[in-house]
Amino acid sequence: MKETPLSNCERRFLLRAIEERKRLDGRQSYDYRNVRISFGADYGCCIVELGRTKVLGQVSCELVSPKLNRATEGILFFNLELSPMASPAFEPGRQSELLVKLNRLLERCLRNSKCIDTESLCVVAGVKVWQIRVDLHLLNHDGNIIDAASIAAIVALCHFRRPDVSVQGDEVTLYTPEERDPVPLSIHHMPICVSFAFFQQGTYLLVDPSEREERVMDGLLVIAMNKHREICTIQSSGGIMLLKDQVLRCSKITGVKVAEITELIQKALENDRKVRKEGGKFGFAESIPNQKISAFKMERAPVDTNDVEEQAEEIITKADPPSEVFAKPILQTPGTAQIGEGIENSWGDLEESEREEQEEDNSDDATTSGVQKMETEEISGVSKTKKEADTIILSDSEEEVVVVLEPEETRKKTRTHTSAKQENSSSKKTFNKKRKKKRTTH
Amino acid sequence: AAQELVGRVVLPGDVLLLPSHPEADGERLPLGPGFAPPGRLVCGPGLRRCGAGLLVTKCGLLRHRQAGGAGGGSGGAYWVDSQQKRYVPVKGDHVIGIVTIKAGDIFKVDVGGSEQASLSYLAFEGATKRNRPNVQVGDLIYGQFIVANKDMEPEMVCIDSSGRANGMGVIGHDGLLFKVSLGLIRKLLAPSCEIIQELGQLYPFEIVFGMNGRIWVKAKTIQQTLIVANILEACEHMTAEQRTQAFAKLSES
Repeated sequence: MKETPLSNCERRFLLRAIEERKRLDGRQSYDYRNVRISFGADYGCCIVELGRTKVLGQVSCELVSPKLNRATEGILFFNLELSPMASPAFEPGRQSELLVKLNRLLERCLRNSKCIDTESLCVVAGVKVWQIRVDLHLLNHDGNIIDAASIAAIVALCHFRRPDVSVQGDEVTLYTPEERDPVPLSIHHMPICVSFAFFQQGTYLLVDPSEREERVMDGLLVIAMNKHREICTIQSSGGIMLLKDQVLRCSKITGVKVAEITELIQKALENDRKVRKEGGKFGFAESIPNQKISAFKMERAPVDTNDVEEQAEEIITKADPPSEVFAKPILQTPGTAQIGEGIENSWGDLEESEREEQEEDNSDDATTSGVQKMETEEISGVSKTKKEADTIILSDSEEEVVVVLEPEETRKKTRTHTSAKQENSSSKKTFNKKRKKKRTTH
Repeated sequence: AAQELVGRVVLPGDVLLLPSHPEADGERLPLGPGFAPPGRLVCGPGLRRCGAGLLVTKCGLLRHRQAGGAGGGSGGAYWVDSQQKRYVPVKGDHVIGIVTIKAGDIFKVDVGGSEQASLSYLAFEGATKRNRPNVQVGDLIYGQFIVANKDMEPEMVCIDSSGRANGMGVIGHDGLLFKVSLGLIRKLLAPSCEIIQELGQLYPFEIVFGMNGRIWVKAKTIQQTLIVANILEACEHMTAEQRTQAFAKLSES
């Protein structure tokens, strides 16, 4: 698909805003957008967000034979990919000019600066070395891909752990993470790219250009530097003449920015290490911010709670002794278990499951279904009393009704003769039932 | 049943049952919106016919509008109000487009859809074969779709049925264009929307909303234009109270 063209009025507005030293997102000329680093559940996986630009980094390793002329050095491989997911203008499977340029710049920034100790990746000289592969995927494009990609690459490399190996004679043993803790790579320094956009033949300068600013800029200068203020790479594109003091000023700004970003990276890595050690929650799913489009709320439906206890007691006394059929929960996989047989999955078709349930209700013979029904009514009576006091999470969708039923004292009082397992078994039914209740109140 | 789920979240794959009534068999899906005879049913975006019911194909809130006049019962229009950014041209929508090509007597206009729309040079107010409108590549056009079908090139015009511009045409040379989600545009264009009224009390500005998610703003200074643009972008994820607070803070400064 074609890229959305830039209209004349946007171009004019941007240039005028830059002349007035204002930017679309309210930043100052030398400000970076917010950098956010989140880690995946695995080692060596991270997402770096630079404003709305998002890059996923993933490091993997493999034992290969080394290159002939460098028998004692491990191999580093970088690959940046621009998928159509990031922007409809990117075409899949084609090496665009931009992609080649970015990949080359990344390689120069990270491999040629010797930030990773490649000799430590050697297992048996001339026979086996580690090949470290860094895959970077652009998930969303809002300008300044190179900065985000370079941060993602170095963060992923710092976060990565390779399996431990031992060499005895000619034999190479590879240990699984369970046998021996995986070892981190040895990283000498962290080079980070900082981009500068120039406008009006170098009169105006912006740090970290956004996508629209990139489209109207005259030239771009990328400086890669580590926190010791050593320049790793410098590249100017766009064909503008830069003065010596301009380049010097840029390198000074880079020094400041790199120090800030490095600190941020180290903090993020430290946080992640701590969380993993303490067994807290980590991974991407935990770090997605909640953005609500509209607040979905459900009014609390008043429920008649008079003589519920009596009713419950009555039902219990009338009911047959609970059957032993589904006493034992079957653990299918960690996290999901099945209790009993023949209980409908209520996530499917709502109407159907309800209709079936009604049919079930109608059949009056004292088979298991009859008992189930009794159970259901019993618990729904109990949860009715609880509704007033207890936490019940009600969401808007009927399919998503989640009822948190903790073993409570009120419950134990009314149902002392049933085992806890059966209580669980019927809780699923309960919420089907409750859903129906809610419907009738509407 | 569909009636009960109105205003609730529906998910793709849900089947909505319609209240059955005798003429249901001979019922046919009317083509355009607003062409619903009383008692007939229109499925809007995100819904598809499936046997006797409606199949949901997008996730969002189910909406329903009663058919005009003595419709009642099962009639009216159902649609799913979902959050998306990709625009699909709809006949009658007012959109903001960017002119990409001037080819002979038509202009190609990018409206954010899968295909570029075509716009005849005669479809401007007062345009004749001699008197061509002054449109350059890269200009912004505010127009209306008169043809928008699936798998076909949509066609735009900048005049209404009586040949008047009625606010449409080329948008001025300055001001800022930015994109928001389609849901926000619908929210802002709703007659009961407070955001625009509250914004209008701050300072005067010009604004154009395109149903394709594009907004053009122009205020007296660049600073003011930027403020309006940023407020509108931020409004999507704000509650009413947060918004009033933000506006109060703005009017102070």
